[in-house]
Amino acid sequence: MSEFIYLYRGGRRAESPAEGEKQMQQWVSWLQELDASGHMKDRGQPLEAEGKVVRGKQRSITDGPYPESKDIVGGYTLIEAKDLAQAAQLAGGCPIFEYDGLVEVRPVMKM
Amino acid sequence: MEIGEQLFRRESGRIVTALSRLFGLDNIALAEDVSQDVFCRALEVWKLRGVPQNPSAWLMRAAKNRAIDVLRRERVARNRAPQLANLLASEWTMVATVDRFFSAETIKDDQLRMTFTCCNPGLSEDAQIALTLHLLCGFTVGEIASAFLCKRSTIEKRIARGKKVLADSKELFDLADAALQTRLSAVQRAVYLLFNEGYHSASAESIVRAELCREAMRLGALLLDNPLVSTPASYALCAMMWLHAARLPARLDQRGELLLLADQDRSCWDASLIARGNELLNRAASGNEITEYHLEAAIAGAHSNASRAVDTDWTRLVWLYDMLVRIRPSPVIALNRAIALAHVNGPESGIQAIRAIAQSEQLQSYPFLPAALGELELRAGHADRARKHFEQAVALARNPMERRLLQLRVEATIA
Repeated sequence: MSEFIYLYRGGRRAESPAEGEKQMQQWVSWLQELDASGHMKDRGQPLEAEGKVVRGKQRSITDGPYPESKDIVGGYTLIEAKDLAQAAQLAGGCPIFEYDGLVEVRPVMKM
Repeated sequence: MEIGEQLFRRESGRIVTALSRLFGLDNIALAEDVSQDVFCRALEVWKLRGVPQNPSAWLMRAAKNRAIDVLRRERVARNRAPQLANLLASEWTMVATVDRFFSAETIKDDQLRMTFTCCNPGLSEDAQIALTLHLLCGFTVGEIASAFLCKRSTIEKRIARGKKVLADSKELFDLADAALQTRLSAVQRAVYLLFNEGYHSASAESIVRAELCREAMRLGALLLDNPLVSTPASYALCAMMWLHAARLPARLDQRGELLLLADQDRSCWDASLIARGNELLNRAASGNEITEYHLEAAIAGAHSNASRAVDTDWTRLVWLYDMLVRIRPSPVIALNRAIALAHVNGPESGIQAIRAIAQSEQLQSYPFLPAALGELELRAGHADRARKHFEQAVALARNPMERRLLQLRVEATIA
């Protein structure tokens, strides 16, 4: 088994508690499935939308610039899978696709 | 773990109350934004981390942290009463002050005071109810509009007007105020109307209706928790709600169709709500004033305590309706009295009593007036007349459920 990180990018935020609750229930059951089938390594954390970027030899600090807001990473999860193909296939169950978001699947580098 | 709407309704009322005390009633919009933000963030976190063991405590902690952020950043405290402004201005006392406003005891007292604040006599009853539902029960404008079959813009106007009146009053209503008794009557009335809207409304979906009833009961329970306002009338109001609510589970059959009281499966009635309702009614019996709430509770009790339809004490019901008509003359009550009378003195007496009120303008389009005449004619053996009445009732039905129920009565006259 190898480790992979799911980076959740974009995805509309819920506009009402009722819609948010629906989204949340979908996520909870999806992550439970990953857990039950032995793929969950770390549920990860959600990230705030705001942030700073530090760059260059000057270490200049700016707000952003971000790429389009649809590409902002909103959270991550660490999973285990046989290979990249399986990890990508498992990501297909993520509810984020219902809300215009995407999942970036990246293998964690092995020793 | 399931976290229903109830969690959000309840916690939103508590959070908005605590925040508007901190930010001031002229900053309610800010309190609502922060509360909304707390919920959205909660869901973002919970979707990855899972729902915490104690979601309410999680939400309260998050709300408190956000309140502290806002107080540091926005300087909303500057316009507050000097005493509070000082406490919130200093980093030393601010966190402790926020903690105090978020303590369970304070929030409970403040929710009661907020209810009294919303039921401001400067607002129409409709506006009082809309404002209460919005601020204390976490109903969105859209939800209130659909519950009361109003346009969104109508509800928006009512709430905006309400918030303006609130902003002018600056602080929550003080229960030590000389106007307490007048204001208490307004609160009782608003809770009563809210419950009735949920219980009797011909329009809204059953889910919304059950929620209105539940929220009315929650506000009623707040009244009983405070000795200043737990008057016999408050007990009677709650007794009425509990005794009616006990029958809610039996109002629909398995296909979701309306059932008449006589046809309900009484084993589905909620025995614990009936027991509690009876207890509340006993406690309402202190004092020497009989309010309409006492009479309505007693009427609800006469039905809910009859384990079979034939056990119903109709003589007592006629007497109760007689008293009620005297306190609050209303053609709908007179109609119910006539139906009770028919059970005691036979269908003809009921038909006569209904004829006496049939001209009432309020009842011209009320389907249950011809329906009642239909029942009584049927019982008197006049199937033809009964059918005409039921057909008239079908034509007046206000929704598909009523139409199907009344159509079945038409068919019963043929069988």
